[in-house]
Amino acid sequence: MTAESTLSPAPADVTPPRQAQPPDRTPPPAARVRRRAWDEVPRWQIYLPLGIYLLFTLVPFYWILLFAVRPAGSTSLLPWPMTTAHFEKVWNERSFGVFFQNSLLIGVAVLISTTVVALAGGYALARFDFRIKKGFMLALLCSQFVPGALLLVPLFQIFAELRMINSLGSVIIAETVFQLPLSMILISGFIRNVPYSLEEAAWVDGCNRFSAFRIVVLPLLRPGLVAVGSFAFVHAWNHFLFALMFLSSQDKQTIPVGLNTLMGADSVDLGALAAGGVIAAVPVVVVFGFIQKWLVTGFSAGAVKG
Amino acid sequence: MASAVTPPPQAVTSRGRRRTGATPRRLPYLLIAPAGLLMLGFIAYPVLSVFYYSLQNYNPTKPWRNGFAGLDNFTRIFTDDPRFWGTLTFSLKWVVVEVTLQLLFGLALALIVNQTFVGRALGRALVFSPWAVSGVLTSAIWVLLYNSQTGISRYLADLGIGTYGTSWLSDTATVFPAAIVADLWRGVPFFAILILADLQSVPKDLYEAAEVDGAGRVRQFVHITLPHIRDAIVLSTLLRAVWEFNNVDLLYTLTGGGPAGETTTLPLYIAHTSVDAHNFGYASALTTVAFVILLFCSMVYLRLSKFGGDAT
Repeated sequence: MTAESTLSPAPADVTPPRQAQPPDRTPPPAARVRRRAWDEVPRWQIYLPLGIYLLFTLVPFYWILLFAVRPAGSTSLLPWPMTTAHFEKVWNERSFGVFFQNSLLIGVAVLISTTVVALAGGYALARFDFRIKKGFMLALLCSQFVPGALLLVPLFQIFAELRMINSLGSVIIAETVFQLPLSMILISGFIRNVPYSLEEAAWVDGCNRFSAFRIVVLPLLRPGLVAVGSFAFVHAWNHFLFALMFLSSQDKQTIPVGLNTLMGADSVDLGALAAGGVIAAVPVVVVFGFIQKWLVTGFSAGAVKG
Repeated sequence: MASAVTPPPQAVTSRGRRRTGATPRRLPYLLIAPAGLLMLGFIAYPVLSVFYYSLQNYNPTKPWRNGFAGLDNFTRIFTDDPRFWGTLTFSLKWVVVEVTLQLLFGLALALIVNQTFVGRALGRALVFSPWAVSGVLTSAIWVLLYNSQTGISRYLADLGIGTYGTSWLSDTATVFPAAIVADLWRGVPFFAILILADLQSVPKDLYEAAEVDGAGRVRQFVHITLPHIRDAIVLSTLLRAVWEFNNVDLLYTLTGGGPAGETTTLPLYIAHTSVDAHNFGYASALTTVAFVILLFCSMVYLRLSKFGGDAT
């Protein structure tokens, strides 16, 4: 790739090699001749590394699926004969059905609260200069430096004081708080990418600050919000320390806590562990796959270019 | 979507009223208030209580020794605790190796899936999917893969590579690379997603102009792409480094800090000290030290990388 670009002195009318950039939108006719060259990156330079990486990504997924459907004692690398015994066991005997509901509830609540609170804060950080802004940004970064594991004891004391121990609310609050700093930084970055002049134009047309934001900025932010929201959901879904500490009764527990118990005492039962892992992975991976498509179209449609 | 770019002139909710809902001076404070209050109550206050406990002898199982300790905990950390230096060194090694690899692979992956090619949407979804999987689940997956009886090593042994019963996680020679690979699996997509998101916002006309001026792919990357995504790289690197430093889930469940304490990071040591040994005062002092180290490194890093220097 280096050789190619250094060899060609590339005068203005010759098509030089391309930098990575997707022509998500059909280029305007005038640029079409030059723009066609975007596709000139040799295909093998895309497919070969991607293929290798794909292998690395998918083998672990295949492995856990295989162990989940393979009868105990089998050493076959192919998923047949297939059995659902492991799933039935973890879903019914290990109450993964109940855990699943709890995790889902927590995940959705954290998604909503994080996105709404971070959107407000992120807008302030992106669009205003105010006295404590620098200090606030610093606090956001600093909050990331604290090992969350050690805040467990003080947090437990706080929730005990609020009489929220063993209620899902404690976990929802704790997860939301720990998602906020990153979410706010990300959202303010997305807002900064939307030219302020668009908002100002809307004001001239009679919008107030809120309606200008809702009509002009919010639609452009959708891909960013999807990203931040899915970050929040996935973290809340996967994180287990808070649930482990704040939820004492079995019927309030979440999927990762259930998975952790499977890994502990009887780690011999690899089939149950794999089945539990699949149950834990499927929702996030499926939701992610769906969002991923949305993200691509969202980005190409929402991009702000002249 | 197109209508969103040009503000609709008539679609206005409160024409004729004040332009802004709240006085501009107060508005930003109102907007950050919910986040600020939550963080004050559930991060700042707990952090302060950790600082407070770092000056105490505090162990719920030995209440007769509890009380003000002054700087005793800190003196002990720096003069009389070989595990502190060992775990700190391993933490730094872990973070540097892990984050460097994640950034390089993540950037490459983002640049690749930013190209146009057949099956791009599916390719993106697949290579990014481990990002959705983390913590306990990552451990569960790799525990299955590394299992000495039924894991990958058994099938490699069937092919004549290695020996039966090899456990990569309990051998001091292989545990570090094994843990690194497991963590790369879910860490690379994190970088790739954040960088890709920022790549999308680089104005395409800049590349057109660069082409007219005869710049090649490498020069376009260095002079257009890199400067544009610099803040994303700086931020995701910093966050990931801190996260990798603080994270205990993966190593705790994957290796338990072993073999022979070989993979114990400083936070893992802190967790052991507080949760298992109940020595909360000493653990708080260790946390304070870790916090200061991270804060210092982060400030140096932000200063060196001139973060936000050209933000509008």
